[in-house]
Amino acid sequence: MMTDRALPPSAKTAPVLQVRDLVTEFTTDEGRLRAVDGVSFDLHAGQTLAVVGESGSGKSVTSLSVMGLLPARIGRVAGGSIKLDGKDLVGISERRMQRVRGNDIGMIFQEPMTSLTPVYTVGDQIAEAILTHRDISRRAARARAVELLEQVGIPEPKLRARAYPHQLSGGMRQRVMIAIALACDPRVLIADEPTTGLDVTIQAQILELLRRLQAETGMAILFITHDLGVVAEIADRVLVMYAGQMVEEAPVEALFAQPRMPYTIGLLGSTPRPGASALAAGAAPRLRAIPGNIPSPRALPQGCRFHPRCTHMREGLCTTAAPPLDSAAPGHQVRCARWRDVATQEART
Amino acid sequence: MSAPLLSVRDLRTHFPVRGATPFSRKKIVRAVDGLGFDLQRGQILSLVGESGSGKTTAGRSILRLIEPTSGQVEFDGTDLLALNAAELRATRRRMQIIFQDPFASLNPRMSVGRIIAEGMKLHGIGEGTQDRRDRVAALLERVGLSREHMTRYPHEFSGGQRQRIGIARALAVEPDFILADEPVSALDVSIQAQVLNLLQDLRADLGLTMVFIGHDLSVVEYLSDRVAVMYLGRIMEIADARDLYARPTHPYTEALLSAAPVPVPGARGQRVLLKGETPSPVAPPSGCVFRTRCPIAGPDCAATVPELREIGPGHRVACIKRG
Ligand SMILES: Nc1ncnc2c1ncn2[C@@H]1O[C@H](COP(=O)(O)OP(=O)(O)O)[C@@H](O)[C@H]1O
Ligand SMILES: Nc1ncnc2c1ncn2[C@@H]1O[C@H](COP(=O)(O)OP(=O)(O)O)[C@@H](O)[C@H]1O
Ligand SMILES: [Mg+2]
Ligand SMILES: [Mg+2]
Repeated sequence: MMTDRALPPSAKTAPVLQVRDLVTEFTTDEGRLRAVDGVSFDLHAGQTLAVVGESGSGKSVTSLSVMGLLPARIGRVAGGSIKLDGKDLVGISERRMQRVRGNDIGMIFQEPMTSLTPVYTVGDQIAEAILTHRDISRRAARARAVELLEQVGIPEPKLRARAYPHQLSGGMRQRVMIAIALACDPRVLIADEPTTGLDVTIQAQILELLRRLQAETGMAILFITHDLGVVAEIADRVLVMYAGQMVEEAPVEALFAQPRMPYTIGLLGSTPRPGASALAAGAAPRLRAIPGNIPSPRALPQGCRFHPRCTHMREGLCTTAAPPLDSAAPGHQVRCARWRDVATQEART
Repeated sequence: MSAPLLSVRDLRTHFPVRGATPFSRKKIVRAVDGLGFDLQRGQILSLVGESGSGKTTAGRSILRLIEPTSGQVEFDGTDLLALNAAELRATRRRMQIIFQDPFASLNPRMSVGRIIAEGMKLHGIGEGTQDRRDRVAALLERVGLSREHMTRYPHEFSGGQRQRIGIARALAVEPDFILADEPVSALDVSIQAQVLNLLQDLRADLGLTMVFIGHDLSVVEYLSDRVAVMYLGRIMEIADARDLYARPTHPYTEALLSAAPVPVPGARGQRVLLKGETPSPVAPPSGCVFRTRCPIAGPDCAATVPELREIGPGHRVACIKRG
């Protein structure tokens, strides 16, 4: 079943954010390194696109590219386009990019402590974010900061506005970061592993909060995570990354019901399901782990980048030519030369 | 049922901590505050609960890597808390630990072979260098690495491989019991699955008994025979894994389970969203420590500390409103 929100891009209005063939490179001591190699997606208002993949697959570099926050001189967008409301952000001046970050795109990270300033109260930091984007008095900005703290579910917001970051718990700090991101009424929120490291109880609160805020404001969310449980819960569409490439993209129901790329199948098989017990009657069912490790961008395999770890690999077909993205169904793309055979074989097991 | 391999009774570990100023009164962190359970040979008991609930302190107190304040820990009939230093060292061979962070727990200046052989030497296992080398090779193969890895150093390995090295090191001294403190929490799900499969195999082949500390409830469900749910240093509910997941009875267990995301779109039912965060273990609430976040707490919950009561075979719950 396809929900309305998961419809393919063509069926809806123009996307807020459109990324095409993004290539991001780093200049390192050992030469040029391509961390992201051909990522494309559309992000629509009110929609959440989740980006998943193992660590090192290029998720954060993708989001930093969109935000224009790649490390200066070392990192650069080497190809493709990143369009916000149809206007390309690639190559615009840092001044203009700052305005985009202040007005259109908000961002939250995994460890809010590193992005908050320890010597200012959280109220001041939120007020500062408001002042960079709105022409109002400091006093009005402070009042707005308290409102935002309340909106993100912080109890006693007036009192908490006077707290310093270290006086708050990890969950509270993440709420403060969300308040700062909301200060500019962004149309796009980029959330890079915002609940990783939080307890599940606090994670559930934060996810609930993001859902509520999205319903209230209609903002689009690019949600980066390595947790498929979180994906199932928050995403409308899912983009799977492996070794810098997008290897599958689909509506969330389709991705979980009919994963096409053997890598996605492996990720799902690695995740213990509720009700699954290794001790259940009979032989211990093993998790279907993916053997081996993700390759470094310095030593990418020939052909399909996943082939050394793939149980469906065919010598020749998978080891020489790099497979293109193929359309497996409307709105469902897969990068695998054998996806049709894989589907038949998987259906049998 | 035979005698348990490990039996813990009313274990308490309190840390005195200084107040905010030199003149303020000393405070006590009640990290573990009355923990008790039995663990049968060959079984895996998991401790779950939010961070700060006392899981790590409990595990280390059981091994006396931290000195508990009071209580009993009986391991294979021996009262561990009564042992002197030499006796404790000898017993330690039988009780090994696997850490969360494989990076921090391996000496970067030692070859993998030496890391694994160290404990054997210490405890006089193996006859001479050659025999120990053979044993190290066998162990490496046992955990899915190879003989060639012996001469390499920890930094040459990935996170999952280092965790395998940590497991080989623990197995080298032929322990009966392993404490695994969040051994897969830092790993990607694909690598996590490799390590979980390995732990499963080791348990089946070697009959290991294990206390597994985890925070991922689906991992815990997959791996455990028994599960103890901890909150502020105490057990709220303990049961066979299947029972606990099928019939969570304590409101805290219910809330934890309903908060855990499941990899099935649309599966999230009505969620019991817990309000707020865990109170400080310096000043835990009176009566039931969970009552300040409990959706069903009443006035009487503040009055008495609920006992762990048996509500079914091996299923015990500390709640006066349930069971
Ligand atoms: N500043 C940098 N310099 C060089 N390489 C980098 C830098 N940042 C990231 N990379 C590399 O880019 C790749 C993708 O990293 P990242 O996007 O952080 O992965 P993910 O977020 O999916 O875990 C990795 O191989 C990483 O080592
Ligand atoms: N050495 C110590 N001194 C003071 N407090 C401690 C010490 N070790 C742990 N604690 C406190 O004890 C509580 C339990 O911690 P811990 O056992 O690490 O919990 P968990 O492993 O469940 O996250 C926490 O409140 C923690 O801050
Ligand atoms: Mg990242
Ligand atoms: Mg711990």
